[in-house]
Amino acid sequence: MNALAGHLGQLGHGLLLTLLMAVIGLVGSLALGVLLAVFRISPVPPLRALGTAYVTVFRNIPLLVLLVLFVFGLPDIGLLFPLFATVTAAMVLYWAAFVCEVVRAGVRAVPRGQIEAARALGLGFGLVLREVVLPQALRSMVQPLANIVIGLTLSTALAAAVGVNELTGQAQFFTIQYDIPIPVFIVCTAVYVVITLTTGVIAGRIERRLAILR
Amino acid sequence: MSTDALFDVSGPRGKRRIRIATGVSLLAIAVLIGLAVRQFAANDMFAADEWQMFGQWPIINFLLTGVGETLLVTVVAAAIAFPLGALIALGRLSHNGILRWTGRLYVELFRAVPLLLLLYVFLFGLPRLGLTLPVFWQLVVPIVATNAAVLAEIFRAGVLALDRGQPEAAYSLGMTYWQAMRLVAIPQALRQLAPALVSQLIRLLKDSTLGYVVSYVELLHQSQVLGEYYHTVLPTYLVAAAIYVAINVSLSRVANWLEHRQSRRVRTVGPQ
Repeated sequence: MNALAGHLGQLGHGLLLTLLMAVIGLVGSLALGVLLAVFRISPVPPLRALGTAYVTVFRNIPLLVLLVLFVFGLPDIGLLFPLFATVTAAMVLYWAAFVCEVVRAGVRAVPRGQIEAARALGLGFGLVLREVVLPQALRSMVQPLANIVIGLTLSTALAAAVGVNELTGQAQFFTIQYDIPIPVFIVCTAVYVVITLTTGVIAGRIERRLAILR
Repeated sequence: MSTDALFDVSGPRGKRRIRIATGVSLLAIAVLIGLAVRQFAANDMFAADEWQMFGQWPIINFLLTGVGETLLVTVVAAAIAFPLGALIALGRLSHNGILRWTGRLYVELFRAVPLLLLLYVFLFGLPRLGLTLPVFWQLVVPIVATNAAVLAEIFRAGVLALDRGQPEAAYSLGMTYWQAMRLVAIPQALRQLAPALVSQLIRLLKDSTLGYVVSYVELLHQSQVLGEYYHTVLPTYLVAAAIYVAINVSLSRVANWLEHRQSRRVRTVGPQ
């Protein structure tokens, strides 16, 4: 237990890496995912096909396979980047496929009549999207996006399997180095639970604030 | 598809714009593919000796063993996690306060723990307390523990979403509780849950790749051994990724087919 107290800084460093990976991963996958969703609902056939193919491939590859492919495979074709960047890039590519599906489902959840009514009023594609579709779609996307945030945060633990010393990696290190597995696992679990619960609470609050009372 | 309602049927100008966008995006995609091919070619990745091993039976057999073990882990873990999840969901829905809170605590805890951390507990933590499981169960038990929590939430949502009028109507026809559940409530709940359950099964199959960490002989671990032995790391992982995609795509095809078949049957039986 003393070893744990003496090395809290190291554990904190692991937590920092976890959070950093989660935040960069989230921002990146949101950007890429929205772009892919636009591709998939655009009227341009090659872009649609590209979006569909991307989602099919990246949703069905296990994240760990993608991680080992990027970390140990890509150097074979001369693509060697810092470990943290490689791992984060793999996470962005993986979670973007899920973000794309959430965004697309959100847009599809807007009743067809709403869009037809807006078009009947003479609004063009951009205005229909901005004034009618997105405000409604965004509301239905809050909960699924919160699930993605939680899933992404938990999946950063997989980075430990390819050698990133984030929170889970530190837990493994402490176990081997100082032989104090149980307290370390309890602390790490508590941290993950706090992150997950906080995300859930924030999402619930956002959803309630955005809700339209009818 | 409802998204088609987003834009009008294009006039001549719109059609021209779409044609231009099609051309530009085709060009961009071609450039991307070209860059990837050049990167592969520059590092001799198209040389025959990188790939011809995947045509040899011993290698194929080695990978197929991995596929078999992956499926075994998936089936065994699913066979335990699905009923366990249903039980926990029943606990969370019961009128007994203790059961409800135990269920809630389990779900909140195991949905929030990364699978890898749980795996390390079984790999490094429990042996210190004198409990060492065989490798297979070191992999399966954590997978079951996390998936049961997620499945419990899926089942609970399914039961809560059920129209209360349905079992009530069944009771008023003189059915007993179990008849109402078996003939009316559960078939409807299962039909609604089928897609969510299959996507959870796919997630469970993806979890089996953690055999890589505990050195269990599933597909990813086999690919690692193969790739490092023959110095063909990238080709082997690419083949493994393709196999995973193929398995998961066929699983979701089955789900779509089930959904489609069931919705069609409902329509023909319905009162319209």
